[in-house]
Amino acid sequence: MSRFLRWIAGLALLGVALGLFITRAVPLNASEIAALPDGDIARGENVFWASGCVSCHAVPKSEGDAHLVLAGGLELKTDFGTFVAPNISSSIEHGIGSWKLGDFASAMLKGVSPEGTHYYPSFPYGSYARMTSQDISDLYAYMKTLPASDNVPALNQLSFPFNIRAAIGGWKLLYLNASPRLTLDVSDPVLARGQYLVDGPGHCGECHSPRNLVGGFKANAWLSGARNPDGGGKIPNITPGSKDIGEWSASDLVAYFETGFTPDFDSVGGSMVSVQKNLSKLPKTDLEAIAAYLKVVPARPDGA
Amino acid sequence: MKRFALAALSIFAISSVALAVEPQEARQASMKKVGGAIGLLSGIAKGEAPFDAAAAQAAFATMNTVAKEYVSLFPVGSETGMDTEASPAIWANMADFTAKVAKFESDTGAAAAMTFADAAAVGAAIGPVAENCGACHQLYRVKK
Repeated sequence: MSRFLRWIAGLALLGVALGLFITRAVPLNASEIAALPDGDIARGENVFWASGCVSCHAVPKSEGDAHLVLAGGLELKTDFGTFVAPNISSSIEHGIGSWKLGDFASAMLKGVSPEGTHYYPSFPYGSYARMTSQDISDLYAYMKTLPASDNVPALNQLSFPFNIRAAIGGWKLLYLNASPRLTLDVSDPVLARGQYLVDGPGHCGECHSPRNLVGGFKANAWLSGARNPDGGGKIPNITPGSKDIGEWSASDLVAYFETGFTPDFDSVGGSMVSVQKNLSKLPKTDLEAIAAYLKVVPARPDGA
Repeated sequence: MKRFALAALSIFAISSVALAVEPQEARQASMKKVGGAIGLLSGIAKGEAPFDAAAAQAAFATMNTVAKEYVSLFPVGSETGMDTEASPAIWANMADFTAKVAKFESDTGAAAAMTFADAAAVGAAIGPVAENCGACHQLYRVKK
């Protein structure tokens, strides 16, 4: 009998060990890191605005040059608790100034920190995982040029079980991949660019798609909008099935990205104000690509 | 006579209640006026509508009038109802909200005092005014 119990205990331990092994944080490997290209600062600025880094990491309510100080501190209220954006300025001690390109790429593409721990997917690496290595290198080069800040933001305030960082490994097994969010014909290079911007760096779906109880995206509801966990109301459906913007033409969408005004001259609001400011800094061809893609994604009813 | 006066008074009271516009609706109507003004100005700036210096000035003046009375349309008790998209944050940060509206008032006032020589001048004047829309809506409007 005691031998039987020992067997059971041994198997359980093995199960736990196996679970911890398959959900461990795995950064890019040495050959993947060696294959990362050299970055270009000017191109990196474009990637920077496409990726919306400032919307979470800039000093809250900052404007102008101060908005380029990625000191962190913004609180993101979610169903899982409050996430606080970290300092990702070029500060060696308090930001990411000491990171090598490989560290940065592992964070962006794998959600793994230089210390080898999982990041919470509130940092939208679930989308950034679709970025090209060239864009990652360019972004790294540009962010090196931004100011340093020695700000130390507050810690996340998460509820159980979401405060168990190791559990993110399970989330990654289920939800982290670099395959397209939608299976669409994107042989047209404009649509391909739009899909890349929306589902990769732009990470539009991170807010505009409904999630399940563990923070995974609901099936067949991509970009269909969601309840706004921070401040109430909703985050609109941005598919052609949207009651809000389904009727907008591609050029209406581009005008909105450029100016923040809807076709009937209502204005952008909420978190989208910051996103629209980022978008307005992109080349018009990129805005047209985003608009073209949003017009061909499957129409969905409003998600929740 | 007394009875008649009382009846007249009550009819007046009832009808004035029925006629009164709720603050939520007044706010929505005010913002529609602003949207209309921006639309008109944007049309001129983009060359979609003929250049009209007086109409442009009037559009900025319309927004300025809205700004002057806007904060008074947010009395305590008007936080909810009538599909209002006003955020509860307005009442929690009334001083900041008031300051943001005051900036909108001064920016629209400055634009309304300008004399426009051409469509490009109208376009240049829209920018600083339009900044106010997003700056306020970022914090104080909730999409329903």
